[in-house]
Amino acid sequence: MAMVLSEEAGMLKDAAKGFLADSAPVSQLRRLRDEESADGFDRSTWKAMAEMGWTSVLVPEEHGGVAMGHVAAGVIAEEMGRTLTASPYLSTAIMGATALSRFGSDAQKGEWLPRIAAGEAITAVAVDEGRKHNPVNVTTKAERSGNGFKLTGAKSFVAEGHIADMLIVSARTAGGDAEEEGVSLFLVPQDAAGLKIERTSMVDSRNSARIEMDGVELDADALLGEVDGGYKPLESILDAGRAGLSAEMSGSAQECLYQTVEYLKERKQFGQIIGTYQGLQHRAAHLYSEIELGKSIVLKTLQTLDMAPDHAAMMVSAAKSKMGQVAQLAAQESIQMHGGIGMTDEYDIGFFIKRVRVAEALFGDANYHTDKFARMRNY
Amino acid sequence: MSDLETFRAETRAWLEANCPEEMRQPLGSEGDICWGGKRWEFKSEAQRVWLQRMAEKGWTVPEWPVEYGGAGLSKEEAKILKAEMKAIKARSPLNSFGIWMLGPALLKFGNEEQKLEHLPKIARGEIRWAQGYSEPNAGSDLASLMTKCEDQGDHYLVNGQKIWTSYADESDWIFVLVRTDFDAKKHEGISFVLIDMSQAGVTTKPIKLISGKSPFCETFFDDARCEKHNLVGEKNKGWTIAKYLLTHEREMIGGMGQGSGGMRPMGDIAAQQIGLDDRGMLADPILRTDVARAEIDGLAFLATMERVTDEAKSGQGVGANSSMLKYYGTELNKRRFELMMDSSGSDGLAWGAERDVASHWLRTKANSIEGGTSEVQLNIISKRILNLPTA
Repeated sequence: MAMVLSEEAGMLKDAAKGFLADSAPVSQLRRLRDEESADGFDRSTWKAMAEMGWTSVLVPEEHGGVAMGHVAAGVIAEEMGRTLTASPYLSTAIMGATALSRFGSDAQKGEWLPRIAAGEAITAVAVDEGRKHNPVNVTTKAERSGNGFKLTGAKSFVAEGHIADMLIVSARTAGGDAEEEGVSLFLVPQDAAGLKIERTSMVDSRNSARIEMDGVELDADALLGEVDGGYKPLESILDAGRAGLSAEMSGSAQECLYQTVEYLKERKQFGQIIGTYQGLQHRAAHLYSEIELGKSIVLKTLQTLDMAPDHAAMMVSAAKSKMGQVAQLAAQESIQMHGGIGMTDEYDIGFFIKRVRVAEALFGDANYHTDKFARMRNY
Repeated sequence: MSDLETFRAETRAWLEANCPEEMRQPLGSEGDICWGGKRWEFKSEAQRVWLQRMAEKGWTVPEWPVEYGGAGLSKEEAKILKAEMKAIKARSPLNSFGIWMLGPALLKFGNEEQKLEHLPKIARGEIRWAQGYSEPNAGSDLASLMTKCEDQGDHYLVNGQKIWTSYADESDWIFVLVRTDFDAKKHEGISFVLIDMSQAGVTTKPIKLISGKSPFCETFFDDARCEKHNLVGEKNKGWTIAKYLLTHEREMIGGMGQGSGGMRPMGDIAAQQIGLDDRGMLADPILRTDVARAEIDGLAFLATMERVTDEAKSGQGVGANSSMLKYYGTELNKRRFELMMDSSGSDGLAWGAERDVASHWLRTKANSIEGGTSEVQLNIISKRILNLPTA
């Protein structure tokens, strides 16, 4: 498959770029932060995104979607990375849609996918329990109870958790800590009795939550996929999210480089445009090269997810690791090359280093994915 | 069957019938590579036969036109030939700077007489070419070269010295950048000429390198004669050809060790050399991280080469990206060989063995110098891609 965007994906990219620059630039995130918005995202922007079909990009046509695939989903995520647009796009349109369309029962698909496609339902994936991502480490319990299950435990770092209509929760139905076998997935409505959702304030001013489940009673049909067999589906759902985050970080890294190079062309010191200094030129040129590599492995990974989703895990980890490191380098170098002004809150570049830190950590940081890559390579 | 499928079937059958068994074995050492030329001594009858048969088919340079010694294959057909050769592990019948460098330059800038004179001999491996670019005082600043080329009426007279001329001591002819105008701006007084090395006015002296090998030479021109018809392109316009060839060279060096996919993955080598612990992880945990990062960068680099090629095909390319590939590819290759040394332990420190790791490791240090240093590539990226100003 050619490593260029199809005409269709190229058009989507141009449309997304234009819309986000006009309707959801960095200033929107700044406003949401300063106003201490309870939602943490802009509902009218979200509605407009749904009308443009962005929320249905991974939803099959029979459920009201456009099923354009992961390359298209990544194109949108990348453009959102340039503008740092706050929205439940990743947790819903990428991860929620992947979870339900690939592993949902007919009833679950029928209930949720049309609403996801229409932008009417928001989903979130609750997986982490410790401070470092390790999805196999599940102590949240799901015990058989009556006709269904009873969930007890806690999850943290749940992106978009406090605005979600439904949470996709991993819980242990069998097996010991850190065993893949015995993990099951559940769809938990946000109004379930015994579910406590608490928003946590994060460095990137984006949505995250901690959830506690104190004997949350669920019907049997809340189970997503097979009982005890939820780990593999969970990895697939996470991989879709990791690839989407990698695309988002690619956009952020490109924007950091762009803003920095523009600054280097304007700023004068010692009577000269600082962009003429080789010390800065080489830093910028090295960063350009790293970003080009990151872009390539992200595109390759998105293409692999579309063509062979069950064989994409190694590429996903390679991409999340590489792009995570590159995006952090981009954010850090941008501040250094901007000098003092890059340290001010008034300047946008600080929003990038904050968001990239969170995106890099979410669903496994570069170290986690480098290790996972090495395991999959058998060394 | 489509035309391409027919071509594939015929190619497979022909290779099966004509590629000697010995030419399907991995290279035992660098000495097994066939370079051709007047002074070439074939290492075996199989090597001679393989070159002769491939040259007769025009398959040493499959995409060159038939009248110049090629087979006139389309890109798709050439790709099939390459894949079919790889499938039976066939060795390259002929390697040469004539094929990689001079040929493409003559096809683009040479006149008909020059093409007919030189290209078929390159294709058949009859003449071995050297490249005369760098001078002792013109390295990264190549355009300041001073080798003098004077018009003597019916011929040119060349005086000066070149350095880092690969295998010049085994070559028959040399393509040289010379100064034909000392008054013009430095880029505008350079010409591209072809010189017969068999004359007394051309001498070579191998340079011993830190790798213990001497692939490079100094080449001296003392009243060397160059026929007028051996000026390629216009007089004083040689820099255009030089730049074209440098871009070509950069792509070649940048892709070395990565692009072919022929090298064993670093993780496999490390696992074999160091061993795994009882959890199945590389026994040196810090090396494990470095190896995994290098492999991931290797995947990202391969994907980038693919993307840059596909973008160029669809007309979206950034031309100066060859500098990015050269920069990253060579730095990555150096990293890879550092890891190879780390993995090999004291075995890797052995000196003088036939396939010693240390000598290859040392050779890679030149990757980020030859064909334009990493720093020159970063300068080009700043100027031509990022559009940063110059002082």
